[in-house]
Amino acid sequence: MTNIEFTNYQEYTLTIFSENSIGLLNRITINFTKRKLNIESLTVSESAIKGVFKFTIVVICNQHTVENLIKQIEKQIDVLRAFYLTQDEILHQEIALYKIETASLLDTNEIEGIIRQYNARILEMTREYTVIEKTGHKAETQELFEKLQPYGVMQFVRSGRVAITRLKKELLSNYLKKLEREHNQAV
Amino acid sequence: METLIKEAESIQKQQTQRVSGSDALLLSLIEEKVSTIFGYPGGAIMPIYDKLMDYKKQLKHILTRHEQGAVHAAQGFARVSGKTGVCFATSGPGATNLITGIADAFMDSTPIVCITGQVGSHLIGSDAFQETDVVGISMPVTKWNYQVTRADEIPEAIAKAFYIAKSGRPGPVLIDITKDAMLQDFDFAYKPCDYIRSYIPRPLIKEEQLNRAAQLINEAKKPFALIGQGVILGGAEKELLAFLEKTGMPFACTLLGLGAIPNNHPQHMGMLGMHGHAAPNIKTNDCDLLIGIGMRFDDRVTGKVSKYARQAKIIHFELDKAEINKIIKVDAYVNGNVKESLPAVTAKVIKNKHQSWIDEFKLIRRDEEKRVIQKEINPEGNKISMGEVLRIINTIVHGDAIFVTDVGQHQMIASRYFDFKNTRSWVTSGGLGTMGFGLPAAMGAQFGAPDKTVIMVAGDGGFQMTLQELGTIAYNRLPVKMIVLNNNYLGMVRQWQELFFDERYSATPISSPDFPKLASSYGIAGEMVKERTGLQAAIQRMLDFDGPYLLEVKVVNKGNVFPMIPQGAAVNEVLFGDEQAIK
Repeated sequence: MTNIEFTNYQEYTLTIFSENSIGLLNRITINFTKRKLNIESLTVSESAIKGVFKFTIVVICNQHTVENLIKQIEKQIDVLRAFYLTQDEILHQEIALYKIETASLLDTNEIEGIIRQYNARILEMTREYTVIEKTGHKAETQELFEKLQPYGVMQFVRSGRVAITRLKKELLSNYLKKLEREHNQAV
Repeated sequence: METLIKEAESIQKQQTQRVSGSDALLLSLIEEKVSTIFGYPGGAIMPIYDKLMDYKKQLKHILTRHEQGAVHAAQGFARVSGKTGVCFATSGPGATNLITGIADAFMDSTPIVCITGQVGSHLIGSDAFQETDVVGISMPVTKWNYQVTRADEIPEAIAKAFYIAKSGRPGPVLIDITKDAMLQDFDFAYKPCDYIRSYIPRPLIKEEQLNRAAQLINEAKKPFALIGQGVILGGAEKELLAFLEKTGMPFACTLLGLGAIPNNHPQHMGMLGMHGHAAPNIKTNDCDLLIGIGMRFDDRVTGKVSKYARQAKIIHFELDKAEINKIIKVDAYVNGNVKESLPAVTAKVIKNKHQSWIDEFKLIRRDEEKRVIQKEINPEGNKISMGEVLRIINTIVHGDAIFVTDVGQHQMIASRYFDFKNTRSWVTSGGLGTMGFGLPAAMGAQFGAPDKTVIMVAGDGGFQMTLQELGTIAYNRLPVKMIVLNNNYLGMVRQWQELFFDERYSATPISSPDFPKLASSYGIAGEMVKERTGLQAAIQRMLDFDGPYLLEVKVVNKGNVFPMIPQGAAVNEVLFGDEQAIK
């Protein structure tokens, strides 16, 4: 029972709930650096529970590495819970913004067709430039980028992943209540 | 009415007092029952050092000769006393000089709290004189750290620091305090910390985990237990003994688990690991049930992981959830403090004996005795061996001493041959393998156990890394017994060069000063022994001496530590040193 799998790399989405403390991002990313793991994408924001922050991190590694990684992250004092999820366990989105010259939009009606086809939308339009927004998976926002490229994309930016679980897991708020309850019992 | 208000005000006054941040820090340490601080002053921590003069009765400050000495002393203090060690350093180089000790404490789960001074908060981020981001630098090697920039943060930060350092799996905590925070006045009140919602130091032990473990133990024909420092950190020595004596199984200790149970216990099969005893290493790959108790399957214990105990079921009793299934996949585990999990599982196992299984270990032990041990402790050559020094010490102290080592060959010899009798009597750098650890750690150990004999053994290499602490030992008249085993080599590296690098001795021959003369310049007594005839008497003189004493022993130059499991080999591929291939 000692054989540990060192192959089978795949993409994992890590969901980390933490207190809001300075330096915690560093404490979390150290665990990736230490294992020479690249962070594919990172998003941080306050969760539905006030004061509790949620990190969504995408990493490519094997099962054994991600299991250890998640335990080391959860071990950090200010981390409440940490989970890892595979592709089929989550719904996820990224947002991309594209800036193109307004002139190229006016010169041809092909861009309008592309925007419709990709369910993108125009966020802002000035005489010089137009900003287009698209949400979707990386492959989709990338495809739109490639479609727009011939017309001259002046700027392009893509956000980190945000993900929500498909699993019927215990909610963090219930977990926090359980923690308080156990603590009160112990006292 | 007026009297009521006055009364309320006086109650208020009793609960809080207006003090500076420096006072608050020192008062907080007193609240945490700190009595000894190791440290070194500097610009950014001067306000704290100034206030130290007002708390001389409660707080003893030991000025070391280097910040690394302070942090290793705090470690030695913590390891023998079971309390949290405390050290002070200033910003910049003072703080960075602590890092090695902090990393060492992190690897070996030693509870210490390090307080560093920091430049004023208005200067942070400006590359000010002696500014360094010590919170950033120490982050990978601390259990927790925090920068205080306001005086009123101090009590809570210190309370949290001590709670985190000592609870759960212990570890180092660093609190960085800006100079202006030390100087601000505020209303001080202290409340110890006993709860952080995102931190679970004491996981509740699950019944089903215990049942599964007990079932495997009851079914086993050839069970074998591996004892780690978790037992000592959890204060679970008695609980462990009860478990082992009821199940009757043989056990062995990791390097840091030594002393948890006396060496002379009939089920004690010795030490695990690269230079451990042959029997427990070989039998790891022969048992049908392997039980890790408060240990972490370090690579020096497991050897080649893919060939480690493949035939056995494995159980892990461990407090730190992140250690379970980290290196070795287990069949069952009990997550919790062994102080609680061991009695719970003991109640569920049947009383048993495994005498013939233990006899199999003893057979290998007899082989090792003949091929290795006797050659080391009763050598035939003219030169003194490291092992015989240990043998003589044993005959005088009978395990009633605190033994501190540096890192290298002498450390492995000491761990193999010292006659461990008491818990918390062994201070050595395990996980990090920090040369230079020995002398300052021995100093801290003597402060932590003032009534005990503290014997330090170091090599000529490691001793020279931190020998400036002779100054601290001399000044404080600490009766530490220092033995330098001098082979004129960085012995462990030389051994590897001999065995694995074709005897190319790159940068391992090393010259040394005359150590007793050096000690003498500090006012420390000592002597040098070159011949076997004078050895026993010299050791006796050292142990009888009232005060610090340095004994330099010139030992065989190219001695090797055996048995040995070469790196990358399986645990049962033990070399005894007399194989043809080695010669």
